[in-house]
Amino acid sequence: MLKFTERGVYCPQADLYIDPWEPVEKAVVTHGHSDHARWGMGRYLCHVHTAPILRLRLGAAIAIQEVEYGEVITVNGVRISLHPAGHIIGSAQVRLEYEGEIWAVSGDYKLSYDGLSVPYEPIRCHHFVTESTFGLPVYQFPEPDLVFQDINSWCHLNAAEGVNTVLLAYALGKSQSILRQLQPGSRSVFLHGAVANVNAALGEVGYRFVGERITAETDRTALKGAIIVAPPSALGSPWLKKLSPYRIAVCSGWMQLRGARRRRGVDRGFVLSDHCDWDQLNRAVAATEAETVYVTHGYEGPFARWLREQKKIQAHEVHLHGGEATEADL
Amino acid sequence: MRRFTELFTAIDQTTKTNEKVAAIVRYLSESDDRNSLYAIALLIGNRPRRPVKTSDLKEWAATAAGIPDWLFEESYHIVGDLAEAIARVLPSDSPSRSDYQLPEVIDELARLPEQTDEQKKEVITGYWRHLNPDERFVFTKLITGNFRMGVSRQLVIKALSIHLGMDEAAVAHRLMGKWIPAAETMASLFSESVQSDRVFQPYPFYLAYQLDAPIASLGAIEDWYIEKKLDGIRGQIIVRSSQLFVWSRGEDLLTDKFPEFGPLANALPDGTVIDGEIIPWQDGRPLTFQVMQTRIGRKNLSQKSLREAPLVMVCYDLLEWKGEDIRDMPMHYRRNLLETLLSSPTLPPALLLSEVMPFNHWGEVAVFRQQARDFHCEGVMLKRKDSAYGSGRRRGHWWKWKTDPLTADGVLIYAQSGHGRRANLYTDYTFAVWDEDGSLVPFAKAYSGLTDKEIAELDTWIKRNTLERFGPVRSVTPHHVFEIAFEGIQQSSRHKSGVALRFPRILRWRRDKSAEAANTKADLLQLIAAVTK
Repeated sequence: MLKFTERGVYCPQADLYIDPWEPVEKAVVTHGHSDHARWGMGRYLCHVHTAPILRLRLGAAIAIQEVEYGEVITVNGVRISLHPAGHIIGSAQVRLEYEGEIWAVSGDYKLSYDGLSVPYEPIRCHHFVTESTFGLPVYQFPEPDLVFQDINSWCHLNAAEGVNTVLLAYALGKSQSILRQLQPGSRSVFLHGAVANVNAALGEVGYRFVGERITAETDRTALKGAIIVAPPSALGSPWLKKLSPYRIAVCSGWMQLRGARRRRGVDRGFVLSDHCDWDQLNRAVAATEAETVYVTHGYEGPFARWLREQKKIQAHEVHLHGGEATEADL
Repeated sequence: MRRFTELFTAIDQTTKTNEKVAAIVRYLSESDDRNSLYAIALLIGNRPRRPVKTSDLKEWAATAAGIPDWLFEESYHIVGDLAEAIARVLPSDSPSRSDYQLPEVIDELARLPEQTDEQKKEVITGYWRHLNPDERFVFTKLITGNFRMGVSRQLVIKALSIHLGMDEAAVAHRLMGKWIPAAETMASLFSESVQSDRVFQPYPFYLAYQLDAPIASLGAIEDWYIEKKLDGIRGQIIVRSSQLFVWSRGEDLLTDKFPEFGPLANALPDGTVIDGEIIPWQDGRPLTFQVMQTRIGRKNLSQKSLREAPLVMVCYDLLEWKGEDIRDMPMHYRRNLLETLLSSPTLPPALLLSEVMPFNHWGEVAVFRQQARDFHCEGVMLKRKDSAYGSGRRRGHWWKWKTDPLTADGVLIYAQSGHGRRANLYTDYTFAVWDEDGSLVPFAKAYSGLTDKEIAELDTWIKRNTLERFGPVRSVTPHHVFEIAFEGIQQSSRHKSGVALRFPRILRWRRDKSAEAANTKADLLQLIAAVTK
């Protein structure tokens, strides 16, 4: 029912694409990250909580059809519905059913709970399309609760020494789950503009987060022991310098590996991911009971081979447009 | 293991040297003598020899993790560090025992080489099961043979000096040589009164920085000794209590490798320490470094290899004389003694005096440096006549001034992911030159010389322009040209291109050049002819 094309995952029967790479008429968008939600589609279909993000990033004028999780839309006989992916707010897996054949396209997803996104729900299907960003057994992430504890105690420690804490996390998704888990006590929380913009957009659908936007008027020299949440692109910028003295951490699944951590030249690396680790990927695939699995984005070769040889699943590697993820993208 | 792992993590987590020093001082003040000694040994790179084969470790880890060997290999290539790959593929929720003590672990590892493979496996996988992932990483790092703590020796010395309330230079001296933590106590290692029996102990080497200011800024040329900078192995010859010790700068005890120096045990007076360059020498001049490497690589020294690569020490300093440490005396004083000592007719021929070059002004030095290769050296050493013999790398009194490297432009054809800080980044490159038939032949491998920014840019390009993958290696579209610098070039039958380079590295990214404009194999052969004229 689905085809992997240059433009993205395509359903000929319904004539629509999922997370297309190039402009098409009808696009189902799994979530608001820029490698999935791209500019120039005739019409977008997404979860109600993804809609404000698309408008923020792609312009207010785009045509969006918003749906809730589980709501079924029928297009030329294909029953299409979105289901929680647990990746970020509004993230969805796409379920497609036609003449008894069921496909699930997971988009990006994770099984662990970040305290904010609606938790992942497995979809029983015949064909499952999965990402494999962390599809190697060296990626075994610690429980998010433990990581959040570490982050909080590190913030306390820094504040006790009179220095600010800068947490670098992707502006959409991870920043919000960190803000939800912070226990700042009496300390103030500040936000980079990119994070504040996302928070404001999510405010339209009822989300509220701690933190004050840093503007030109903010007296940054007065900050002491504060917590600042900023996107990774802030690293090495003049904007960051003005927050001195500070200690800085990157929050990312890549921080699992020492080399990646050291290369960033930051004080700490917190292993916090909105993707599945190795165990989660294996659990997810098993829960779908799929006969065929298509592995994309990441370590598709090794993970597909693992599923074929060890799990006796028909697994194929699929190279979607955009090449490999490099660390700079994340 | 827990406290030591915490120390490792604390050092690993910061780039600030004072925080690293503070972490070491804290560890020493909270640990007993034995733990401290073992930790110090590891901190300065003094570790047990590798007890097991890498291939065995990989196999045991894959089995313990319940994954096939190929998947372990894939993971290892991504991680870029064997110990870390092992620590991470094993289950992360294993129960952790906190009562392993570092000395017991190290001693057990030291006993392993005599045991059977089955016993080795049991010991090592046992630790893997009982340690948490961070401890497991540090433990495995100890046995994979590339254990580094992320602190320079100088920082360890600084921390010990704070902890013991001792002078840094004295601490540096006491740490020299291959001492065994099991055979020492903090007192035997550091207290003054028990030093007399440490006859083997070398002095810390005094090292020079590359001159980075105009030569004239050094002042009057009369205040300086100017010597040829030779390309051998820096070493120390020690004779004390009629025993001979030959140490390399890497603190390897090489006495047995260099039988040429054997007669010195009786020929040199007791209490003599000479600093110099150990180098193969024939007909009044040095042989190439390759000859040296071949000689060093030999397990058994045949008469043939002794004849083909006869070694001498070109001596340039005297550190101890008649049992007295004279490093604080000015260099002209030490040199006078050295000259007198070496002029003795009864001395074996293996000791030569490093010539002081009779230059009259800096301009002559500059010209000589440019033509250094013609004089079988790699530049000059500049040493202040009134300088004391320092400890470690210092600025000001000694400088090296190396001649410009040779260069060639090569095309990037293969890339391999790096290790450690460069894991999962394509940072190890192979470069090629054009052959007559229009094909590209690899001639150099290099992985240093680019900035982090350039590496990241190139990594992205490599991932998008891969032609083929062979395990961790990728071939890429021949497109980018790099200027490769090297210290020497020789014909070699072992290399496809027919040439071997000494110390190749990337000088710059030649974005202005297309692949067609890179050098040819013929250019390299011409270069060889020019340097060996």
